[in-house]
Amino acid sequence: MTIYLPIAELPVNIFTLLALGIAVGFISGMFGVGGGFLMTPLLIFLGVAPAVAVASVSTHMAASSFSGTLNYLRRKLVDVQLGLVLLAGGLTGTLTGVLTFMLLRRFGQLDLFIAISYIVLLGTIGTLMVIESLRVLLRNWRGEPTRVRRPGAHPWFLRMPFKMRFRQSRIYVSIIPVIVIGFSIGFLGAVMGIGGGFLLVPALIYLLRVPTLTSVATSLMLTLVTMAAAIVMHAVLNQTVDAVLGLVLMVGGTIGAQFGARAGQAMKAENLRLLLGLLVLGVGLRVAIDQIRQPTDLYAVTLDEANR
Amino acid sequence: MRRAAALVLSGLAAWGLLALAPAHAQPAAPERQDLVLSLSKPRVTITSSFSGDSIVLFGVAPDDADGAAPPDVVVTVRGPNASFVTWRKARRFGLWTNVESRSFLAAPSYLAVLSNRPPAEMADADTLRQEQAGFTNNHLLQRVGPDYADVVTGDPFRQAFLRVKQAQGLYFERTAAVEFIAPHVFRTVIPIPGIAPIGTYDVQVKLFQNGERLASGMLPLEVAKIDFEQSVATAAQDHSLLYGLATMLGALAVGFVANLMFRRD
Repeated sequence: MTIYLPIAELPVNIFTLLALGIAVGFISGMFGVGGGFLMTPLLIFLGVAPAVAVASVSTHMAASSFSGTLNYLRRKLVDVQLGLVLLAGGLTGTLTGVLTFMLLRRFGQLDLFIAISYIVLLGTIGTLMVIESLRVLLRNWRGEPTRVRRPGAHPWFLRMPFKMRFRQSRIYVSIIPVIVIGFSIGFLGAVMGIGGGFLLVPALIYLLRVPTLTSVATSLMLTLVTMAAAIVMHAVLNQTVDAVLGLVLMVGGTIGAQFGARAGQAMKAENLRLLLGLLVLGVGLRVAIDQIRQPTDLYAVTLDEANR
Repeated sequence: MRRAAALVLSGLAAWGLLALAPAHAQPAAPERQDLVLSLSKPRVTITSSFSGDSIVLFGVAPDDADGAAPPDVVVTVRGPNASFVTWRKARRFGLWTNVESRSFLAAPSYLAVLSNRPPAEMADADTLRQEQAGFTNNHLLQRVGPDYADVVTGDPFRQAFLRVKQAQGLYFERTAAVEFIAPHVFRTVIPIPGIAPIGTYDVQVKLFQNGERLASGMLPLEVAKIDFEQSVATAAQDHSLLYGLATMLGALAVGFVANLMFRRD
């Protein structure tokens, strides 16, 4: 059964879209990531214009992250205070990112820049996560006791001035690194067109030492706020939000996210990290292969945005 | 008030011209080159179940007694113009990247060239190029540095552009798609894919005989969204802030409902 998308201006199979929403929603609920880094390329593959794909995916991410956030809020796992401090840095980062985006676009090598950022960022983070969680798993398998986190054994950047106590996350750290993390996520999100959840979760876990589930919950809340703002911004500035596309995706996505969140809570934290690491690494490799392999057609045609 | 007066005046002027026209018109050559054209429907309407359509074009060639063989027919359908960039990729430091580009200005967003036999067999290359008859003979204006020009048909960027557009399902070349159902009556099917751009299309029909153009005719074909599709598109354009806020609230509502439905306590 096909359905015509009024803004994307093309017909798609409604069941393909639903399945896509459920699959990505499951992953986003499980790992607390927005899922944009998976959903956007898949929609472009279906024939949706990149601008419409990016804008419409934000509606899907808003819905599924809201549903997930409510779950974690009820379980009192969201660190609202940490989320707000991150957001302060994040909004500044987004603005800087949008300006950089325009600058890169003028030089005509935006695509290459995005691809290289994906490869470097996803490759590094994915590899680090996989190695770390494998080490923990190996230790557990050998029956060695897990090292208990000692309070006070903080790296230098957490000992900077302006310390703040985040009770939910059980950390007492300087807000400078927190704001820097928020800024970086916002910046990369705007430049690379992603929500940034898959970057934020590991950053919170490894850099700020926030418990895994609290990291996931807080990251979801941040995604919710960013995406809600992104919907309105895209709708006003670009008029590329396809409500019909978004609705089908979010119906599938919210259902998937519910099951994903439950699967995530039932799983051991190190297994969860290993899986997310493999996923991130996989997407990074995929982008790398696309860039290295010779394309079937050496020519590509794009709409000329400047001469419309 | 002033505008109304101006309208009336211009209306009067037009009437005047019309009234004068017959007096100045020279007695034209006998109008034998009447080409009668008709589309199965003049408007393709896009509803939520739209996934493409086929429009049938009927035509009656002018009854030209001295021409024994039926004429050749080239039907060219062009969608609304848009600007495109064709990129060439090359390997740089092990990565395939866009290295060179050409801008195609005002190229048709949809193009179908349908004929009863390959246009190259109908007339000489110059005539066909001049008449824009045949898939590769359509003018594709490029910007090369400061100049605006079309290039030779063998240009790799031009060939790539046509090839990529064909692969996308927006350009069609069918050299046996026009059939004669009576000595002077022909028909052809214009394929409108689901991804067809919105707007007014030009259906241009050119008849060739003995290597020369015999007659030509033009019909508009409209591709438009209606009903729900149209209202969503209009809302997104004219009330973008409201549309954005409504979409955001809708997203939150879906998330909330899903959460309630799957809540287990």
